[in-house]
Amino acid sequence: MTRAAWLFAAPALLGLLLFVALPFVLAFVLAFTNLRLGSPLPLEFVGLEQFRRIFSDPAFLRALLNNAVFALVVVPVQTLLALGLALLLNRRLKGLALFRTLFFMPVVFPLSLVSVVWVLIFAPGANGMMNAFLETVTLGAWQPRDFLHDPVLALPAIMLTSVWQGVGFQMVIILAGLQAIPGELYEAAAIDGASRWRRFWHVTLPQLRNTLIFVVLVTTILAFRLFDQVQIMTQGGPRNATTTAMYEAVQAAFARQQVAKGAAITVVLFLIVLLVTVLQRRLVRQEREIA
Amino acid sequence: MKRWRINGAIYLGLMVLALVFIAPILLMVAGSLKPDARVLIEAGSWRALLPDSVSLQNYGDVFSRVDFTSYLLNSLWITGCVVVLGLIVNAMAGYAFARMQWRGRDLLFGLVLMILIIPLEAIAVPLFYQVTLWGWRDTYVVQIVPFIANAFSIYLFHTYFLGLPRELEEAARIDGAGVLRTFVSIIVPNARPAFASVAILTFLTQWGAFLWPLMVTSGEAVRPLPLGIAAFYTLPPLQWGDIFAFGVMMVAPVLLLFLVFQKWFVRGVAATGVKG
Repeated sequence: MTRAAWLFAAPALLGLLLFVALPFVLAFVLAFTNLRLGSPLPLEFVGLEQFRRIFSDPAFLRALLNNAVFALVVVPVQTLLALGLALLLNRRLKGLALFRTLFFMPVVFPLSLVSVVWVLIFAPGANGMMNAFLETVTLGAWQPRDFLHDPVLALPAIMLTSVWQGVGFQMVIILAGLQAIPGELYEAAAIDGASRWRRFWHVTLPQLRNTLIFVVLVTTILAFRLFDQVQIMTQGGPRNATTTAMYEAVQAAFARQQVAKGAAITVVLFLIVLLVTVLQRRLVRQEREIA
Repeated sequence: MKRWRINGAIYLGLMVLALVFIAPILLMVAGSLKPDARVLIEAGSWRALLPDSVSLQNYGDVFSRVDFTSYLLNSLWITGCVVVLGLIVNAMAGYAFARMQWRGRDLLFGLVLMILIIPLEAIAVPLFYQVTLWGWRDTYVVQIVPFIANAFSIYLFHTYFLGLPRELEEAARIDGAGVLRTFVSIIVPNARPAFASVAILTFLTQWGAFLWPLMVTSGEAVRPLPLGIAAFYTLPPLQWGDIFAFGVMMVAPVLLLFLVFQKWFVRGVAATGVKG
């Protein structure tokens, strides 16, 4: 049995070893060296030098700030929007499946394509779709802006693009969570005479807690992985207003051949992901202990 | 009466939201069908969302301006290989972890679960260095092989196999079937939902892959569609009609699969949430 089991598991384990575990360990090793592709300097260990460098690099600090701001805005907005859509769709009405399809559709669009389409939506001048839309809803008060070249508006433009593409994913997960709530809980609440609002507050939300924590976790991690939209829509500009940790890592390792610096950035990225994940596990466990 | 009004309000709200959600898609599809110049002129009005003239000129232009077929075939080949090989390799591992008794199983499965939290971004740079040393850059292999084994796919298969009744295998074993026969003829046909979920999630991820191909390819020969559209969009002269035609052709296969297998797409995505 053991032999057969090993044969069954071996290909996948070998793949994970070579293409996840090995580079993962390598990231921690490289981050402490001076490695540069094509550099004539001998390879040596430089201790925390790369970390000292990235944390005194204004572009990287700005990148971390942008990732954090992105997370702080997109996580609550996208989660609440997804929750709202899921609640709207979680009832027995004709035609709701069609709306679910429509809201989910952007999820199957590659981010590269989404980014290109939204570049046109954010086109400068009164002829740009977003400008024209804002001018209409503000009854002409909106002055046309060049969103993607505006230091204040460029990041929000990327946020909006990302929410549009991603909210359907979260919606479907929350919808599955809603449908897993036992109907008896609502019946019991109705017998107790609980209002619609109280049923939402005392039945739906507590039952949905783990799902919501998971959605928040995934969205937060996505915020720190942000890359495609930045690469296509703004290249990190204007003046680093939209750069991200991943964009800086690729710039370092790829455009400037500074593999060690890029590795140091991804180590920081991993530590952030780890922190968020541990936090989520804690929150879920707490709830299980109470229950 | 009151019920009717609430439902009416819900439908109205959903309709407004739906319009906002499909506006960018309509913009793309309508834009791909009209003359390039009109796309920009009409971008600020509702006309942008409707095709006023229908012409396939832009689609033809895409093929004459770039090698679209090459991007498409690269994407199909890379995605196809990762999906098919991934299903085989990860299902077998998931089965070994879920239904076989062997030494080291629990320890290794614990490691797989730990690997689950490492996103590609966190290892992209060292992996890039690794494949550079191996001379793998600018190949199909570098875009396929690293993504076949997938911790999350193993996890999904593991969960699903755990839920299958034991009697299935026992009956096969009494008939004298070996482990491999049991797996292929009994387990696989009974685990279609798991295979569908993993196939769809892998397909979506690979079809949209951008960061990794950008890092490891430089020639157009092995580049997939996402890099194609990024390059096409910066190729002068800027012609939005052509760009949108490229976009429509790039997303059409996915959209078609989505509309046909919608139930499985939604289940596949919902399956990711079970983890919590």
